[in-house]
Amino acid sequence: MKRTATVLAALLLAAGCSNGNSNSSGGSSSSNTPGVTDSSILIGTHQPLTGPAAAGYSEIAPATKAYFDYVNANGGVYGRKITYKIMDDGYNPANTQQVVRQLVLQDKVFAILNGLGTPTHTGVLDFLKTNRVPDLFVASGSRTWNQPDKYPGTFAFNPDYTVEGKILAAYVKQTYAGKKVCFLGQDDDFGRDSLAGVEKVLGPVAAKQTYVVTNPNVGPQMGAFKAAACDVVILASIPGFTALSIGTAAKIGFKPQFVVSNVGSDPSTLTKMLGAAAPLLEGVVAANYLPLDTDEANPWIQLYKKVNSQYNGNAAFDNNVVYGMSVGYLFVQALQAAGKDLTRDKLTEAVQKGGFTGPALVPMRFSAQDHSGYAGEQITKLTGGKAAYLGTPYTTDDADGAVTAYSGAAATPPQSGIPPAQ
Amino acid sequence: MTIVEPRTTKTKNRQTSSQISKFGPLLVVIAGAIIVVVLTYTLPPFRNYQLATIGAYLCVTAGLTVLTGLNGQLSLGHGALMATGAYTVALWQNKFDLLLPGIMLAVLVTTVVGGVIGLAAARLRGPYLAGLTLAVAVVVPSVTSTFDRTFNSDQGLSVALEPPPGVIPVEQWQAWICWAGALVTVLVLAYLIRGRFGRDLRAVRDDETAAKLAGVGVARTQVMAFVVSAACAGLSGALFAVLAQSVSPGAFPLALSLFLVMAIVIGGLGRLTGALIGAFLLVVLPSVAQSIAEDAGSQHLEGNLALTFFGLVLVLVMLVAPGGLASLKFPRINRKQKGQV
Repeated sequence: MKRTATVLAALLLAAGCSNGNSNSSGGSSSSNTPGVTDSSILIGTHQPLTGPAAAGYSEIAPATKAYFDYVNANGGVYGRKITYKIMDDGYNPANTQQVVRQLVLQDKVFAILNGLGTPTHTGVLDFLKTNRVPDLFVASGSRTWNQPDKYPGTFAFNPDYTVEGKILAAYVKQTYAGKKVCFLGQDDDFGRDSLAGVEKVLGPVAAKQTYVVTNPNVGPQMGAFKAAACDVVILASIPGFTALSIGTAAKIGFKPQFVVSNVGSDPSTLTKMLGAAAPLLEGVVAANYLPLDTDEANPWIQLYKKVNSQYNGNAAFDNNVVYGMSVGYLFVQALQAAGKDLTRDKLTEAVQKGGFTGPALVPMRFSAQDHSGYAGEQITKLTGGKAAYLGTPYTTDDADGAVTAYSGAAATPPQSGIPPAQ
Repeated sequence: MTIVEPRTTKTKNRQTSSQISKFGPLLVVIAGAIIVVVLTYTLPPFRNYQLATIGAYLCVTAGLTVLTGLNGQLSLGHGALMATGAYTVALWQNKFDLLLPGIMLAVLVTTVVGGVIGLAAARLRGPYLAGLTLAVAVVVPSVTSTFDRTFNSDQGLSVALEPPPGVIPVEQWQAWICWAGALVTVLVLAYLIRGRFGRDLRAVRDDETAAKLAGVGVARTQVMAFVVSAACAGLSGALFAVLAQSVSPGAFPLALSLFLVMAIVIGGLGRLTGALIGAFLLVVLPSVAQSIAEDAGSQHLEGNLALTFFGLVLVLVMLVAPGGLASLKFPRINRKQKGQV
């Protein structure tokens, strides 16, 4: 029995001792804000670097980090260098719990930036709120992030899935009038919000199906769509399941027009996944709100390509990299707006004030009453392995508002590539 | 299935040992409780969270080591039993928000589920039993997506929790709850396996025919062993729901069930000390692996390195100490006077 007691004591003491070496990060800053010193800002994120959503998405955080490295090399923000700590959660909500706690409690990060995923990030909202950690630019379009009263520190980045669903559906209604429209969505807020948007514009769809990330087989769903003789299939899916759906449909000789959510439509990622079957992507309709990776003439793409070659090890340049760097740009804008004397409250206030102009084709909606991200999207069409924009950007809301064309001009990046202090 | 060498001689030793050993487990648990309380006041929040996680793991590893080590039934499905407990708490909390009855209900529900699986398990041996429990572990995500109105598919449910009373930090509160559960589990199990039930377990494990001849109900003992260990798994799952404030099938994957078995084997099968070491490793090894991956600069290693780590440790421990870490002998004089454990 003594032995049991000894082991118990030893283990617990070991647990106790091991904290000694890990409690040093964060440090004490002049302003007493966690993660902020006079020369540094520590922020963190949770990303699917491995697991079912890693394809494509794992490139986002390194791109954001590369942009921060670019900013740091040019003097940082108010003399502070940004350290971006990327944690892998494997798109598993249980891991997200663990890594976000580590970031907040152990590493004492100033803010969580661009945490990726609807199911993953939902689980840490309360934790971040309790600890008063700014939770900026969540990489998902769930409407959950837009609850200023309940989660005052949480802000979205993506246009919400209902907005996107409405815009995709408006295009479908106009272009494929009278055709039978069906819907496949991820079995969570992503798919449900998107379907809500689609049905607001089109009315009930002819057939609807769901998939779960843990079951990589959409044979039954595609079979049901074929049986229902769908002409148009709208996909609210992550890239892996977009590729899987298009491939599976082709295998059973079912060739509808695919209309894909922005989050599952990066052409480079899909081409890589489909391999020899990549020609199936021809004609796929999707939407985006950031400059397209193939648009060499766009000044933002030129800036991002420069940063990518200098600080991102010249990684394959696709829309995920564009996304990651745009997140970085927006965060630096927010830091500049928050001012020299940086605190968590000041950062949240600055974001809430809004008025950021950046690479996107549509404005952001940030205000005290609205924490949702970009206000709309523009339709793209894939031809010859490259996406191209069609028509004009559209904006709408997540309620019953109309889908309206947006005519504002896109901003150009500042000469230095770093947003100026405000 | 004799995974561990028969330890009948030691059982005899214990019976003849002094009166003090009757209170042994109680003393150890009280000492453990004191250490835990002291630790929760000295540790920083994240370490408290990890401490709480060890406590939650200890519930399930302790139950599993009794089932596998003492009764010889291999279960690869304890992750699913934990999920049962966790979902019960989540559904209960979101309706009523009364934690203690919720946890008790979770244990009850899991006990019933464990009884059903145990009834089937008692008719199966060796690989077939492993196969059955494996199927249970695999079926969790399908159940949650089939009944997605109740379980909300892969996204899972969030768990409503009252904030801790007064100014107690959340992590400290969680550590108290989890270790209260863990210590009660250990105490109950320690007394259970010392008595007749423990002797029955070992008898059935060592030789079913001999046990039957001696008047031990083989099937009954096996079902009971499964039920007891299922109850522990249910409690553990409930505590995990409290810890994470959310439940999802991703939190209870097949890998978890395999990790649990690995942990108790590394710790030392059939010993509660081994279960404690196993629970400790379950929390510490992944975080060590992660910091190594971070130092190596490869982000993609992180998710996979923990598995490699566990494999390596398992191989090493089996080579050096086939009875697990708990069987390692320390050169102590006073140990010789008393039996083991």
